[in-house]
Amino acid sequence: MKRNRLFWGAVAPIAAILTSLFLMYIILSLRGADPFALFKLMVSYGFDPRNLVSETNLTVSYYLAGVAAAIGFKMLLFNIGIDGQYRMGAFFGAVVGAAVNLPPILHVLLIIIVAMVAAGAWASIAGYLKVRRGVSEVISNIMLNFIAAAIIAFLLSPKLLGSLPEGSQNVQTKPIPASGQMPTIKIFDGEVYSVFFLAIFVGIAYWIMLNKTVFGFNLRATGLSFRAARSSGVNAPGMIFITTCISGAIAGLVGIGTLLSDTHSYSMAFPSGFAFTGLSLAILGRNHPVGIFFAAFLWSFLERAGQVLEFEGIPPEIVIVMQGTIVLSIVIAYEVVARINLRQQQKAVGKVSSEVLSEAESK
Amino acid sequence: MSNILEISGIEKKYPGVVANRDVSLIVREGTIHAIIGENGAGKSTLMKTLYGLIRPDAGTIKVFGDEVTLKSPQDAIALGIGMVHQHFKLADNATVLENVILGSEPSRFGFIIKYDEAREKLLEIAKTYQLDIDPDERLSNLGVGERQRVEIAKVLYRGAKILILDEPTAVLVPQEVSELFANLRELVKKGLTVLFISHKLDEVLSISDEITVMRQGTTVASLTPAGTTKKMLAELMVGGELPKPIAGHQVVSEKSFLSLKGASYTRHDGREILHNLDLEVHGGEIVGLAGVEGNGQSELIELVMGLLQANVGSVEVLGLDASNTLTRDIRNAGVAYIPQDRQRDGVLMFAPLWENRILGHQFASPMAKGIWVDKHAAIEDSNRVVEEFDVRTPGVNVLVSALSGGNQQKFIVGRELSGDPKLIIAAQPTRGVDVGAQAIIWDHLMRARSRGAAILLISADLEELFSLSDRLAVIYSGSIVSILDPAKTTPEDLGLAMTGANN
Repeated sequence: MKRNRLFWGAVAPIAAILTSLFLMYIILSLRGADPFALFKLMVSYGFDPRNLVSETNLTVSYYLAGVAAAIGFKMLLFNIGIDGQYRMGAFFGAVVGAAVNLPPILHVLLIIIVAMVAAGAWASIAGYLKVRRGVSEVISNIMLNFIAAAIIAFLLSPKLLGSLPEGSQNVQTKPIPASGQMPTIKIFDGEVYSVFFLAIFVGIAYWIMLNKTVFGFNLRATGLSFRAARSSGVNAPGMIFITTCISGAIAGLVGIGTLLSDTHSYSMAFPSGFAFTGLSLAILGRNHPVGIFFAAFLWSFLERAGQVLEFEGIPPEIVIVMQGTIVLSIVIAYEVVARINLRQQQKAVGKVSSEVLSEAESK
Repeated sequence: MSNILEISGIEKKYPGVVANRDVSLIVREGTIHAIIGENGAGKSTLMKTLYGLIRPDAGTIKVFGDEVTLKSPQDAIALGIGMVHQHFKLADNATVLENVILGSEPSRFGFIIKYDEAREKLLEIAKTYQLDIDPDERLSNLGVGERQRVEIAKVLYRGAKILILDEPTAVLVPQEVSELFANLRELVKKGLTVLFISHKLDEVLSISDEITVMRQGTTVASLTPAGTTKKMLAELMVGGELPKPIAGHQVVSEKSFLSLKGASYTRHDGREILHNLDLEVHGGEIVGLAGVEGNGQSELIELVMGLLQANVGSVEVLGLDASNTLTRDIRNAGVAYIPQDRQRDGVLMFAPLWENRILGHQFASPMAKGIWVDKHAAIEDSNRVVEEFDVRTPGVNVLVSALSGGNQQKFIVGRELSGDPKLIIAAQPTRGVDVGAQAIIWDHLMRARSRGAAILLISADLEELFSLSDRLAVIYSGSIVSILDPAKTTPEDLGLAMTGANN
């Protein structure tokens, strides 16, 4: 039964990827290009060691966004506020990190904790509105994303918390001193951010929390049925609130790699779009930490490898089409697999019932 | 009277399961014909076959003497076969008329609906069959019984001569059941034929002209209600003798395990749902709470479970003040809760059985060890529940949603009775389950009573109330209006008390 489940779990993503490759094939053919030559080019470019390094760093950010979204999904929450939460985390982490002087490890820890608390607190607004006022978290989070961007833009003014380095057009926070920076691992002429290890830890902690602890059981129970959880003694509204905050706190880690291993200061140039990516990856990875990891790698691989298309006169945005197709097909594929599984179980149940009955009769 | 419907040798196989085999049935025109059987006996498969939803593998169906092939519900409707589903298929935000004509609107040029013509036809049907419906009422304003009448009108509007009703009384309260039966008798008087699916033996005996019993996918007997007893029917259905509840010895303790004094509860909108309610349940007794649904039973249960707080008065559960205690602490003190809406309040439908064993017990040993859930203990104890309560499942890794309703209920009861609870809140513990499962559940409740547990039984099933209760408390519009001794009370007296006739 277990092997059966693993098999069906793998079928859906592979089918989705093949579907999107097929669509890519059609689009590229229509443009008069040779699809297989381009696929080959993308693969060799994507697996180039130097590109692999940057893909790894992007994978880590995507992975954390994916886990943040997955925690929300387990509670039936659509955390589209990951963008705003990650910005809040990175910004306040940067500000506090630049303002204090602490011994190396403590300094990094403080920045990480500040980032998580700031992002979690920002998410708690949506949580409060949902639990106490019945506001859909989708609506409040979309607005909170804009508000977060606006607040940070305001605070980044050189008169307040920002600074304008000489010869630069970009306002940014003051630089974090060396004690607050995270080391990198040098391989293949590139540098892998050490936040990689933190991401692995987050993935494991997420899985254990969800599957092994009473807290995780209550979280899943509330997500599966609010009323049943409440009747069983769970403080269901409280669980929704706490889950929103945890999801936000994990989102606060998304920008840590770039901040502590690369730029050492926050600026408006920090990328956006982590909410949609995170949600897509959580769906693709079925909210499982290992699944999300593969999905995150696939995403950053496609984005990086797609850049080579530009040299061939093909817009690299075609990768977005491919990602979109994968997500769409995966949703359908998972639903089909879920129905097949339920039907198989019902059949097994039916078999037992009729066996029991015929036994009873033969007596 | 001629045979309006003749079925012979129907067989339907699914991989691994025979849903129907050698099913034969003769229905005479102008009769109410009941089809009874346990859950999973093949009643629904047969009805779906008759309604064209399923194609049988073998066998013949004759309608009005002609052999027919039913490929779809449209074919069935064209032949005059209509189905009233157990779960209504109605649009809440539309009117009765709109719901009735939906899908077969009389129209001009194919797109202008002739409402006047439709209204006239519907009123005509309502008058002929004495169905009390208002065409312009919005569905959302209607109660369950009225909705069912709309479903019946919908089928009649399409010209049905044979009506199939799939467990029509499962969702109704006693008063609504008698209204429905009056309606059905009227339909038959006007020449229609009714196929009535049920597993409530009382009802079947009182309403039907003929009864066909199904077991294990096949028809095992056809009889008339005259000279037939419930016991005979039940034994035909399960194919053997029913396990009887053991009365056991009874020691009622002095201490009351549940005590409500002057409890009142007012909803957010200012409506007082419970008013000055007094109720005591002692250890070792079953108190049956009788009442027409919607008289405050749900709120009373939620007060006891700490899910709602009383505005006035006290609610004492095993010595705890329920108004100031968390639900988890009430449960941990030894309160079991069998909710009336099992699929919404009692289980996680899309979680495996073993995880559902943990639900409600996740705050204490043996299901939890500190902050950790004990999966091993949960699986082991789920297997025990499956064994003891005869839950028909291939294993405890199966999702709850794959089980039939009766088996879900057996699992819930088994879970709630684990760990020898001191107080059991059992709301509709056997609603929608077959007689075999009912006997098992009753037996376990009686055993819990002998062990000294206090049980509050909330039920709409009068037979259940009379068979199990030591005392009957009647709730009417938010208050306990009388306490009756079941041995000295007739169902008629209880019915009167339930409708507030004593006040």
